[in-house]
Amino acid sequence: MTLHNIKLTVNGLPVEAAVDDRLTLADFLRHQLNLTGTHIGCEHGVCGACTILVDNVSARSCLMLAVQTDGLAVRTVEGLQATDGTLHPLQAAFRDNHGLQCGYCTPGMLMTLVEFLGENPQPSAADVREAISGNLCRCTGYQRIVESALDAAKRLNEQEP
Amino acid sequence: MKPPPFAYHSATSIPEAIQLLSKLENAKLLAGGQSLMAMLNLRYLHPENLVDINRIPELSGITIDQGRLRIGAMTRQQAIKASAEVKAAAPIFAETLAYVGHRQTRNRGTIGGSLCHLDPAAELPALALLHDAMVTVAGPRGERKIEMAAFIVDYMTTAVQADELVTLIEFPLWRAGHGYGFAEFARRHGDFAIAAVACLMESDSEGRMTRVAISVAGVAATAIRLTAAEAALIGKVAGPEAFAAAAACCADIAAVGDVHGSAEYRKKVAAVMLRRALTDAQSRMAKNG
Ligand code: FES
Ligand code: FES
Repeated sequence: MTLHNIKLTVNGLPVEAAVDDRLTLADFLRHQLNLTGTHIGCEHGVCGACTILVDNVSARSCLMLAVQTDGLAVRTVEGLQATDGTLHPLQAAFRDNHGLQCGYCTPGMLMTLVEFLGENPQPSAADVREAISGNLCRCTGYQRIVESALDAAKRLNEQEP
Repeated sequence: MKPPPFAYHSATSIPEAIQLLSKLENAKLLAGGQSLMAMLNLRYLHPENLVDINRIPELSGITIDQGRLRIGAMTRQQAIKASAEVKAAAPIFAETLAYVGHRQTRNRGTIGGSLCHLDPAAELPALALLHDAMVTVAGPRGERKIEMAAFIVDYMTTAVQADELVTLIEFPLWRAGHGYGFAEFARRHGDFAIAAVACLMESDSEGRMTRVAISVAGVAATAIRLTAAEAALIGKVAGPEAFAAAAACCADIAAVGDVHGSAEYRKKVAAVMLRRALTDAQSRMAKNG
């Protein structure tokens, strides 16, 4: 086992760390940085719970090694809310529309939808369903998640000047 | 689970990657990681060394020249799907890539990784076979080019040696205005295909098909070309009658069944997918009367 020194940014803040060869990005975030908002469901790329953004595009953090993020910018669910604690419009929409029950899938849903709504400001319900097709939810039946995403799109559009 | 222990190495050039592969014992290349990392986490594989090729810029990029679409092995699937250039020259790519995993996996997953993993249900090997793509492989003995039909050796087995890496995939482009179709059936969006069919088509002014290519994924042990169906279509007028005759050829595929679908079922689904793909291809052919 070798330790590799890496420098990256996590939610905009610089991070320096020494990581083991085989440490996944998901475990690095959770165990070394104590950012436990990123959840781990399957650890083999199927459930989407561990979805985060790497250099602004979504990725499954269980399928990346921590050492691979040297020099990159990582964004997790903890980076969504404003510094004063105001929820991101997507988070607020999930809260108001009952878009979560146990909340296990929610961080992955949110990070997937942040990217998706950034590119598709006026999605249809079918578009949203396709966008979250790589995220499993065992509670909601997805209906409320789709409604939350559509409501979030509306809120984000209103927010734009 | 967590991956088994290995030593991580990052190569920053093609020669460095080849050198690492030659000198390290039991080494595996890490491309996009969307299959390899899952296999490591499931402990299907126990490599002693991983050689990461994500920091080799010359392995990524898309160019079109002299009727060939050239895609670097480490080009992300999402980059190919989003490329306006590719969409204009070979629209089947964007249509097919929508079925490749999910957005989160396409952002990382690469075309070269998909070809080398060679999952029988994967769409990209079927697209490469459909186009008679040429794969460039680099190794300690220099560079060599392998036709896609020879690149595919057997179930999840390619002609790439342990000390070689794929650098480039070249797709000969079809005439502007060619018809194209891709149809896939899977239990859920983004799942592995039960059966998927890709086809390209050209016809003369009377609507008689002059050139047809058909490939099938998810049914046999590897992606295959359906040469019997192609031959059955040439010279026929594109339409339901000819397509039904072509679809009948699916009965002869050496299909492999598993828990998600028996061999018989997969062949039946393939026939339906083939009819749909051919119908789409016909409707999309430019009317060159
Ligand atoms: S934990 Fe990463 S996809 Fe399930
Ligand atoms: S809210 Fe429980 S898994 Fe989605």
